[in-house]
Amino acid sequence: MLDQTGRQTPSRRPLPAHEGSAAQRFLTGLATPGGAVFVLVLVLLLAVVASNPTFGEPDRLVRFLARSTPIALIAIGQYFVIVSGEFDLSMGSVIAAQVVMAGNLIGQDDSRILPVMALMVVIGALVGIVNGLATTLLGVPSFIVTLGTMLALSGLVFYLTGGAATGNPTDTFREIGRGGLEGVPGIELLPYPLLILVAVSVAAWWLMRRPYGVTLVATGDNPSAAEVSGARVWWVKTRAFVLSSLSATLAGIILVGQAGVHPSVGRGYEFIAITAVVLGGVVLGGGRGWVLSAAAGAIALDLLFTLLNFRDIPATWRDTVQGVIIILAVALAGRAWRGGLRLPTGRRRTPTPSRAPDADDPTPAAHPTHRPPGHHQGEMRP
Amino acid sequence: MSDLAAPPTPPAPPAALRTRRGPLALFRRADSVQLVYAALVAVVLVSVVLSALDGQNFFRTGNIVGVLTLTSTLGFVAIGQTFVILAGSLDLSVPYVISLSSLVGGVVMAGQTGMIVPGVLAALGVCALVGLANGLIVTGLRVHGFIATLGIGLIISGYLASNYQGNAGKAPYEFQLWGILLLGPVPVSTLVMLTCAALGVLMLRRTRLGHQLYAVGGGREIARMSGVRTAVPVVAAHVLCSVMAGVAGLLLLSRTSVGSPTIGSQGGYDLMSIAAVVLGGTLLAGGRGSIVGTIGGVAIFAVLDNLMSVLGLNAFLQDVVRGLVIVVAVAVYARRAIPRRPARFATQEAS
Repeated sequence: MLDQTGRQTPSRRPLPAHEGSAAQRFLTGLATPGGAVFVLVLVLLLAVVASNPTFGEPDRLVRFLARSTPIALIAIGQYFVIVSGEFDLSMGSVIAAQVVMAGNLIGQDDSRILPVMALMVVIGALVGIVNGLATTLLGVPSFIVTLGTMLALSGLVFYLTGGAATGNPTDTFREIGRGGLEGVPGIELLPYPLLILVAVSVAAWWLMRRPYGVTLVATGDNPSAAEVSGARVWWVKTRAFVLSSLSATLAGIILVGQAGVHPSVGRGYEFIAITAVVLGGVVLGGGRGWVLSAAAGAIALDLLFTLLNFRDIPATWRDTVQGVIIILAVALAGRAWRGGLRLPTGRRRTPTPSRAPDADDPTPAAHPTHRPPGHHQGEMRP
Repeated sequence: MSDLAAPPTPPAPPAALRTRRGPLALFRRADSVQLVYAALVAVVLVSVVLSALDGQNFFRTGNIVGVLTLTSTLGFVAIGQTFVILAGSLDLSVPYVISLSSLVGGVVMAGQTGMIVPGVLAALGVCALVGLANGLIVTGLRVHGFIATLGIGLIISGYLASNYQGNAGKAPYEFQLWGILLLGPVPVSTLVMLTCAALGVLMLRRTRLGHQLYAVGGGREIARMSGVRTAVPVVAAHVLCSVMAGVAGLLLLSRTSVGSPTIGSQGGYDLMSIAAVVLGGTLLAGGRGSIVGTIGGVAIFAVLDNLMSVLGLNAFLQDVVRGLVIVVAVAVYARRAIPRRPARFATQEAS
């Protein structure tokens, strides 16, 4: 790990993302799928404002962002799991479980809010730990594990509620999803969800720059390499699942205020989260992508739906548009990551002093200048 | 697909495990297909005992017919899903393909006996086109199967929701017979499903396409360097999967007698078929597994569902049980030897 020793091999070839001036690097970043999603958000925003100018008013914009917050939050949570090379299909059920629990346990008693929220966090973390340990220690594919937790949790929630809306938490608790700070200059109300989103985004960005974040991406890119480099892969991945379930818990708390208490509140959110993450240029299978791009992907998706709304396209076509978008996004992103950040293996390695110890294992690519192509081929055939 | 695949650490049983003796050794040596059928026997025994305690006979004809009927629809979908998963992809579009097939079949037949064959052909043709689109997107655009089929599924879902507000079309009486006719205690649809499974096993074991399917799923790059056109088996698997989903849709059409735009998504066939395939011992990352195991997985689900409804378990609690069974069952043989493509040289197996 170069970061920990603080040394770099002197002749290491700089990555394209590290070359050039700040402006150049910014542009290179925008050209990657993770950066392009921010451009997409801007373009979509302009398109929405063009079809409905009132949308551009700060109040309206802020309210839109507050409504998109739950999706952005679960996209951030899903990012941690996806970048580590796994899936989390249980998010929607976790949201439903938390919403129902909040609705029934808090009731009209303000003093219960904090204990119940603590309980929700504990249960969220527990689901994450179960998902993570079953995936890493038992060796069950995460797709199956989280499918199992999804079925079990949603079945339990529907059984306990009978499938109908039950429970009515106190308005103080609902304020988290509905209310906001008043008296902020420029807008009449600064919604709490937006503040939560900003805080979570900053925290996630910070976490991804910490050793944990670096290890997480390394684990997703190549678990075996991460393992032999000293990372505890099972624990790294388990924490990713915990983060994912906790983000679903937070989204649930906000959704109590925004959507009410119903066992079907979180339905389908897991696939929306995966769509958003993928739209943000994060590669399924792990190891590529930025956390804030995942959040931007969620905003872009919501903007797209808003645009369809304003253009009077029937809501039934939403799915079709979503389908086309994710296929195109992944096709383009795959192309861009392959061509951009990852150099073809032939040109990637340059002979360096640090490679001297394993000189008994020279790859042909390490000495490209010594052998003409024809000679190389002749050598391969005895 | 290698993106999704776990690191290539084939869990081959260490030699130490093979030499141990005792009852545990038998369990350790069993491959996942044998375990699946052991689990099936166990589930049947539990069902027999619990039904008996409830004062009912598990083996009475009506109950057997019920269990076998439950296997048929999911069986068709799971056979197709096995091809796709073996090839290293996934198919999440099956529920929408099922609905599409039941609608196309129902609308073309429109209740006329003479239109049965055109209706079946039209439905399966449309499904094959969907599978072709899935396969070409996965191979040509190099989009992960998860996303490609999720996207295609959403596209179809939007089309269905926009064009069909409710049920449409009608199956003629002769076509409805397919879903309800019995041969002894065995429904004809289950026989057709088992025939399809047998053909699938033959295809995987005896044909070039089958061998290439395993090769591409096990390691696309290695298969490519060995001279396999890697796109062909993947596209073929997707087409076969969608056609099988189409057959399941036609079966549902014959049972309900009308085409329904939501019948596939209500059944949750995408995730349940994947669960059945994995329960049957097939590696989700591709390259290893068998249709025989898949049928075992489907049968376990059918017996379990039957038991739960005989016992009158709450419909929502049934989901809890299903979820737990999936995770526990897969955990039991996650580290187990999974039968690879059947050995081509018998001497190797003898050693």
